[in-house]
Amino acid sequence: MTPGERRRTVVGLAFVSPWLLGFLVFTGYPVCASLYYSFCDYDVLSRPVWVGLLNYQDMISDSVFWQSVRNTLLFNLMALPLGLVSALTLALLLNQPVRMRGTFRAIYYIPSLVPAVAGAMVWLWILNGRLGLLNQALEAIGFSNPPQWLVDPAWTKPSLALVSLWGCGNTVVIYLAALQGVPQSLLEAAMIDGASPFRRLVHVTLPAISPVLYFNLLIGIIGGLQVFTSAFIMMGGAGPERSVLFYAIYIYQNAFEYRHMGYASAMAWVLCMLILVLTLMASRLSRRFVHYQGE
Amino acid sequence: MPTIPKRWLIAVALSGVTLLLNGCARHASTGGASTRVVVNYWEKWDGFEADSMRAVVDDFNRSQDRIEVRFLSVSGVDTKLLLATSSGHPPDVAGLWSENIPDFSEKGALTPLDRGMAKAGIGPDRYIPLYWDLCRHRGFTWGLPTTPGCVALFYNKKLFRAAGLDPERPPRTFAEFEAMSRQLTFVEIERAGLRVRVSFDDLTPAERASRKYSLVQVGHLPQDAGMFLSGWGVWFGARFYDGDRRILADDPGNVAAYEWLRHTAETYGVENLRGFIEGFGVAQSAQTPFLGGAEAMVVQGPWMPNFISKFAPGLEWGVAACPAAVGVGDGSPVTLAQCDVVVIPRGAEHPREAFEFISYLQRQDVAEKLARAQQKFTALRKVSDGFLENHPNPSIKLFIELSRSPGARYVPRLSIWHEYDAELAVARERVLNMRYSPAAALAEAQQRVQWKLDRVLRRWDAVGSERTAEWRSYDAW
Repeated sequence: MTPGERRRTVVGLAFVSPWLLGFLVFTGYPVCASLYYSFCDYDVLSRPVWVGLLNYQDMISDSVFWQSVRNTLLFNLMALPLGLVSALTLALLLNQPVRMRGTFRAIYYIPSLVPAVAGAMVWLWILNGRLGLLNQALEAIGFSNPPQWLVDPAWTKPSLALVSLWGCGNTVVIYLAALQGVPQSLLEAAMIDGASPFRRLVHVTLPAISPVLYFNLLIGIIGGLQVFTSAFIMMGGAGPERSVLFYAIYIYQNAFEYRHMGYASAMAWVLCMLILVLTLMASRLSRRFVHYQGE
Repeated sequence: MPTIPKRWLIAVALSGVTLLLNGCARHASTGGASTRVVVNYWEKWDGFEADSMRAVVDDFNRSQDRIEVRFLSVSGVDTKLLLATSSGHPPDVAGLWSENIPDFSEKGALTPLDRGMAKAGIGPDRYIPLYWDLCRHRGFTWGLPTTPGCVALFYNKKLFRAAGLDPERPPRTFAEFEAMSRQLTFVEIERAGLRVRVSFDDLTPAERASRKYSLVQVGHLPQDAGMFLSGWGVWFGARFYDGDRRILADDPGNVAAYEWLRHTAETYGVENLRGFIEGFGVAQSAQTPFLGGAEAMVVQGPWMPNFISKFAPGLEWGVAACPAAVGVGDGSPVTLAQCDVVVIPRGAEHPREAFEFISYLQRQDVAEKLARAQQKFTALRKVSDGFLENHPNPSIKLFIELSRSPGARYVPRLSIWHEYDAELAVARERVLNMRYSPAAALAEAQQRVQWKLDRVLRRWDAVGSERTAEWRSYDAW
């Protein structure tokens, strides 16, 4: 390395050092510490006591742990496809050359700018079984006994899946950007060949935007498994009969309400592994279904 | 491109480091012209409760010239206190709830006060026994009372009158409580195309069976139970814990309480009860069913008149001991008690001065001033002559009697009480939603909480003797 290169390297490192330092202190250390604590009996206040795999074994016999896994997966099975399909449908509609297209795009994007807590508070009232707008509307169109969205354990997860659509504006914007990149020549060729709009969508548009679909799927899986805010705000944590006790909420309860930090750390590492496995599975699938231009 | 002089860069970097270090530094406890030792005090209260304690703190600061207590109202004080203590920078004094004591003390977050109390001449003979017990755990004293509480049955006299009941005659037995509760329940139902309001007892058997009505007023809601939603077992004689290694969530008294909950759900309908509750807002606001005039009876503590005068000044209320099930309490009134306490966290910078302040709070005149301002009573055995006469809460005598009743109970002193409470709450929801039988729901709660207790005891067995020796040797006084 020449003196000039060395100097540039030092200057470069000096410039990124605040970030590096921040990463090491606020991310690197907590990640390593949580791995260590996951093998300890640790309540934040007293010295951690090494217990080996006990926290991981406890998880197996903890029925509420399994309930939180079930709740999270069920919620994702509802919210993820719903979110992806709704965002794609909206993006396809907003990509049509209609009047006031910019205004419509802004309208659908604005809710994603609303802070999650404020949005949750609004939905709390919209979904109120007795006074809520949704049930008033359902009653007006003839439903005599609409669901008690937030207090009936059977309806709490679908309610939160519905609420998750509120912030799909970000995903719509990503799809819109991808749709602008679909080669016009391919669409025109398909049209000349007599392909219907639906076939053009299935055989041209979707394969062309498949990397973006894959990206949104991955982000959806990662975010979905960590779902926290809406349930925490709207249901006060676990919801009726723990019906919305999601994995991240159970980690929070163990770490900060019950002070079982060792157990919570072990749960966090299991979640990390779960996300890794699902991401790898999605990555495997992507080889068949995702097409990158130029390949 | 113009270059920035090196000395400027160094100056900026040094300023940043200085600011950073200043931000991380522990605040100097004596500063400026004052030579007083600063005692930082975090308290859970806000509003009028915080104001009343602030006045007491001001009195203390004026009463001497060595210590200055700085009062700070802190939300979520229990969690924040634990985090501050674990970081080594706790306040000197903190106001907690008595049920925090077992958990916090076992985790080593608190300072044992026994030696300091012995030197200051503070002992059990000064306090109502129940509240003294609540300040202790595993043979040590961890906090001293500020304001105690216990619960009784508040009722709406206007609703009693409207239902044809004597407003000066609240229920005396559990059977009466049940009967009155039903008499005070009103529904709206469609009859001949018209929406009418009728008493629940006036519904025809077919109308009742159809459940096609909505509750507009209830006698009492079992979901609305004051301090601890899971505490109903107390009025059915339940035991929650054997005091050693066994949880008693499935105690026959608890099963009886949950049978009663189920009976309520069966009588009025799961969805009707849910719908009624959903129309109201959070506790301690104008949107509670009782303060909104839609619930005739509610179990609450001595603080309730404060909320009534704030949110429902026109409410005509009375209060009496909440009746217990037959054979419970041996004729003595039954209540569930709890206490606000002040503690000195482990690692507090000025434990001696902190102790001096919390000892001041135990003085008869000081404790009574605070209690009067909060419309509560004190945990002290002695009641001074003028206290009852000048007290703003007309029902205070009843609460004092209840707290001294042999039927007064408190929730088990367990470090996992919050988890226990959460499991009982889940069991209660399952029963009220008619998805589990009381026995099945409580059996599951029993198994869960026992599993949790076993985990805690596993740790305690490993560290208990070391910790006890450490507490015994503690003497900062």
